[in-house]
Amino acid sequence: MKVKVLSRNPDDYVRETKLDIQRVPRNYDPTLHPFEVNREYIRALNATKLERVFAKPFLTSLDGHRDGVNCMAKHTKSLSTLLSGSCDGEVKMWDLTKRECVRTLQAHEGFVRGMVVGYCGTFFYTTGDDKTIKKWKMEAPGYGEEEEPLNTILGKTVFTGLDHHRKDGVFATCGQQVDIWDEQRSTPIRSFTWGVDSFSCVRFNPVETELLASCASDRSIVLYDMRESAPLKKVIMTMRSNTLCWNPMEAYHFTCSNEDYNLYTYDMRYLKRPATVHMDHVSAVLDVDYSPTGKEFVSASFDKTIRIFLKDGGHSREVYHTKRMQHVICVKWSADNKYILSGSDEMNIRLWKANAAEKLGVLAPRERRATNYSEKLKEKYQHHPQVRRIARHRHLPKNIHHQSKELRVMRESRQRKERNVLKHSKPGSVPFVSEREKHVVTVVK
Amino acid sequence: MIDMAKVSKKNMKKETIVKKSRGMTESSAATEPRVVYDDGDDEEEHLNEENLSSEEEQEGEDGASDERKRQKLLEAISALGGKRKNKLGERSEAAVHMSEFTVNADGGGDKVDLSDLIGNIDKTQAVPNKTKNQLKTLQQNEKTIETPLSKQESERIQRNVAFHKVATEVTQWKGIIQQNQKAEQLIFPLNQEPSGPRAMETVVTCWKAQTPLEQEIFSLLSANKQPIHNPILTPVEEATLKAMSFEEAKVRRAELQKARALQSYYEAKSRRERKIKSKKYHKVLNKAKRKDFLKQFETMVKTDPAAALEELNKMELARMKERMSLKHQNSGKWAKSKAIMAKYDEGARKAMQQQLEVNKDLTQKLVTSLNNDQEEEEEEEGGNPEVIPEFVNDAEQGVDSSNPWMRGKLFESPTEREVSDTVDFTEEGPGIMVNTAEEEEDDDEEGTEEERLLREFDHRRRLRQAEEADIVAVITVEHEEENKAAGACVSVLEEEEEENKAAAACVSVLEEDEEENKAAAACVSVLEEEEEEEEELSKFKSVFQGIANTHLDAEVEKAEETADTNHVDTHLEEGLMRIRTLEDVALLSQMESVADQTPVQPLTSPTTENMLSTTKMVGKNSKRKRGIELKQVLTKESKVIQVPLALTVEDKEDSDEMLDQRGLIKEAFAGDNVISDFLKDKRKQEDVGKPKVVDLTLPGWGEWGGMGHKPSRNKRRKFRIRTVPRPPRKDQHLPSVIISEKRNSSISLHQVNSLPSPFVNHTQFESTIRSPIGRMWNTEQTVNKITNPKVVTQMGAIIEPMAKEELMKNKKQVSTGNSSGVEPIKTKPMKHTKKK
Repeated sequence: MKVKVLSRNPDDYVRETKLDIQRVPRNYDPTLHPFEVNREYIRALNATKLERVFAKPFLTSLDGHRDGVNCMAKHTKSLSTLLSGSCDGEVKMWDLTKRECVRTLQAHEGFVRGMVVGYCGTFFYTTGDDKTIKKWKMEAPGYGEEEEPLNTILGKTVFTGLDHHRKDGVFATCGQQVDIWDEQRSTPIRSFTWGVDSFSCVRFNPVETELLASCASDRSIVLYDMRESAPLKKVIMTMRSNTLCWNPMEAYHFTCSNEDYNLYTYDMRYLKRPATVHMDHVSAVLDVDYSPTGKEFVSASFDKTIRIFLKDGGHSREVYHTKRMQHVICVKWSADNKYILSGSDEMNIRLWKANAAEKLGVLAPRERRATNYSEKLKEKYQHHPQVRRIARHRHLPKNIHHQSKELRVMRESRQRKERNVLKHSKPGSVPFVSEREKHVVTVVK
Repeated sequence: MIDMAKVSKKNMKKETIVKKSRGMTESSAATEPRVVYDDGDDEEEHLNEENLSSEEEQEGEDGASDERKRQKLLEAISALGGKRKNKLGERSEAAVHMSEFTVNADGGGDKVDLSDLIGNIDKTQAVPNKTKNQLKTLQQNEKTIETPLSKQESERIQRNVAFHKVATEVTQWKGIIQQNQKAEQLIFPLNQEPSGPRAMETVVTCWKAQTPLEQEIFSLLSANKQPIHNPILTPVEEATLKAMSFEEAKVRRAELQKARALQSYYEAKSRRERKIKSKKYHKVLNKAKRKDFLKQFETMVKTDPAAALEELNKMELARMKERMSLKHQNSGKWAKSKAIMAKYDEGARKAMQQQLEVNKDLTQKLVTSLNNDQEEEEEEEGGNPEVIPEFVNDAEQGVDSSNPWMRGKLFESPTEREVSDTVDFTEEGPGIMVNTAEEEEDDDEEGTEEERLLREFDHRRRLRQAEEADIVAVITVEHEEENKAAGACVSVLEEEEEENKAAAACVSVLEEDEEENKAAAACVSVLEEEEEEEEELSKFKSVFQGIANTHLDAEVEKAEETADTNHVDTHLEEGLMRIRTLEDVALLSQMESVADQTPVQPLTSPTTENMLSTTKMVGKNSKRKRGIELKQVLTKESKVIQVPLALTVEDKEDSDEMLDQRGLIKEAFAGDNVISDFLKDKRKQEDVGKPKVVDLTLPGWGEWGGMGHKPSRNKRRKFRIRTVPRPPRKDQHLPSVIISEKRNSSISLHQVNSLPSPFVNHTQFESTIRSPIGRMWNTEQTVNKITNPKVVTQMGAIIEPMAKEELMKNKKQVSTGNSSGVEPIKTKPMKHTKKK
């Protein structure tokens, strides 16, 4: 009699080393695992809930300034170093890992208006209300040495902004005019004027490094090419833009923060209308900075909040606020895409996570896989009302909430009126103006 | 006015004088301009002017103010005339402005003509002719040069040009930006250093050989192009590494893989072929090979005679070997045994003859242009084997002649004949068999008419047989097809039969399609009807279909698949008609999964007509759709056997166990009658949905009323309000299902009610939702692939802005991609893995 013995190949169930995961044979027959959509939906729902539970974006606040923080600068080579300048002319250097101030220097009398770190990271420039541009060494002076700038340039007028070229020893300032300076010279190598007498911000394009853009007090944004003798183009908007920031991954996109509570992303080739209007703030937007991946940007507002927008999203995906944070004047996105730094009126610099629910530190492979999976689930089920409701729920301070409601009502009534006017007038006599076109007055060639 | 004309004349004169004086000055350099004036009156005039000018300075405003006023007046008048023209910028000699007070109103005198300046250029020899000509043409040209643009305008143009330049420059990035937007995954920092150990020379750059020994060694190494630092690649290897990009490497690898696969296939094939034992097969194969080879050889003779000669030599060698050896000579053990048998056995004789044929084949000289007659003769000689027993020779003769006893020859198939025939023998189809036979007859004189007749008969018989066989084959095929097709609807047919027989008080019908596949067992159970549910039950039926498909042949499976797909299709179509929102999808998917899970599969039972038509239509390809329409089978009087609702898979082996199980279930659910409850429920649902008749007749209204006085029929008809009947319920034909057509608000909370933006239609959206991404439903690799995050950043790495090099890289990549025609599989924006 032949006896059939049930036997299995040990290769199928014995693992090679102890460190391997136990091999689990799996039958993927869909009939054995029914209700896949429903189960995944529940998982997605739970993932979103957990995300909200773990969303604790605030990491730390760096205090030490004796006046409001007016400007900040990221170090180009070191992630842990941050420079901040306050309204009393003091500049502080921070070590973010230790969360402490490592160096303090009295750079200017009056405001520190602008600050930028050179491309090599060994020096930085500051400019202030005392009409000077000062170049400082990154290292602290040795024992017994005095804190002195490497170089001081005395200007005729106040400089309000400063930016450094990404690769060359060239920097740009703005004040009554936009000046391009060589590091080696004490006079600007080029000055641009175009009928305006005060600029608030100038920024180099990080990709096409010879291009610049500036915000002027006549509500305009002006584009320049460093190689040309004249500016390129100017767009005048309904309200003044405070700052602007170029997208570090897309050469022709920049975003400006406007006084009319909105941010506008422009394609520099088509200035007639912004590519996107980003709404949500309830007060003037004071500063904007792109994430280094170019996918998102963060904005600081007078309404005491920070908001994170997708680069092509009309509304913010995130809002950060704390009870103690006052008007946020400057904001930066750290170069590793993980953190956001905000400097505000009440003398503090705050460190936030860029993704509120993200776990910091090293993830185990299984952990990473689990997070990836839940991220994908959330993305997949994002349109489902329950998921969306949970994912989009944010707590807002009362006054901001009310203001936003008020603004919404105002906007709606305005829209209603426009609609009615359009409806009750002769067809063709009242043109339809889209939201994007509304805010551009004219483009000056 | 006359006066003015005079003055102008005077001026003209004066000018000529000046010209003259110019000529003078040119000829004689050192003369004072004052002295040049030689005409008397002119000089006086000039002197007067001079005086005037000097007087003006001295005298004061009188004359001057008059003159100015006049000038102003004139200007005002001229301005009145029309639009003001752009005044051309004028250049004039200072010498002409002797006095601004004597200037004429028209200002003609002030203008310096080109002719005035170059009038006497003809006379001077120093000026070359070419310049003179140029000046002349210039003189003729009346046009004035336009004024330069205003500063604002010129700046605007400048700006415009600069802007367009910049815009085109910036537009170059469009490709990269779009690529990045579309990319499945972006890994930041973009220009990442390759991980792993770095090359030693990159790390240690300043180290140098110092001692003489070291220097000697290094010189040797460098001379031989060997790696200097320990485990690093040689320059050649490095070059190859650099030469091959990631994409190329991928393509190359794919090619290699393919080649390897092909090789393995080929190996397997040859192994398989080698294992084939059929001699005939090998014979045919060898022959084909030989033929091929001959063909090739012929072509080779034309194209490459040297190689052909070589081949010929080889063949010759093979032939020699064959001749030397005793192979195929009928001298072996086998041949001897056959020889003994040959007397009695036809087959043996034939085999031996074949053997000899093979020998002949192999030892035959090839007839090519290269060999000569002698060899042919030799071949003929060689053709007769020396060591052959007699009967073999007889047999051979028998082959050659048409031996009446060699019936085998008659039955030989053409292929066999081919095998046995020599090279010069032409192939013959079966149609010309007789002819060939005749030929053979001609060849051999022994042939008789008898034989011919025999052959003819034989041929006819074979033809007939072949026809029959064909028919039979067709029939069998048809039969098979029928079986296949009919298998699905056997049950239906049987039902029809039963219907025809009319009756069928029964019943529970257990059906097994044994003659077909023994695969599906349909268990039809009719359930007990209760008194109040009599009419209900005639409609009701439940069909339990146990599917035990352990050994289905391929055809059955195929049929099953088609049937399944049909089934799914119909479901999908229904879905398309019905599904509006995701909630329906969810419901649907749930239902599907439920249906999948439970083997109890309710079959639709439309009316008999429907059923018939559908079976006619579908019957052929839907094999698995077997179920019995209880409606047809059952009538009210049916005798009932109660079968519990549990799944009843009919397995013959363990039917006892099943019975036990059944008994158990029966015991367990002895108290509650599930099915009747279900039926009640369903009927309740239906009743609720049914339109109700509202009777609004008021007795006594408009006519007599009172006890026993009914309102007239007319009135009743008038006031009875019938609501419009609802559309038929969806579960109308589904006996064991209740489909609620009410919207469930608790579910709708979780459902998407508008199409999200990136999707164009709801099916798209549904399909994305429907496919699960978890590792419960997908393999590990798929899950990893699906759940890859869109943006990956490295911890603690500074992400630099996009560098210009990326643009160059992209351009290069695009160009190479176009040239090679290789599409990158994954649209990663930058090739980070590419060599660095």
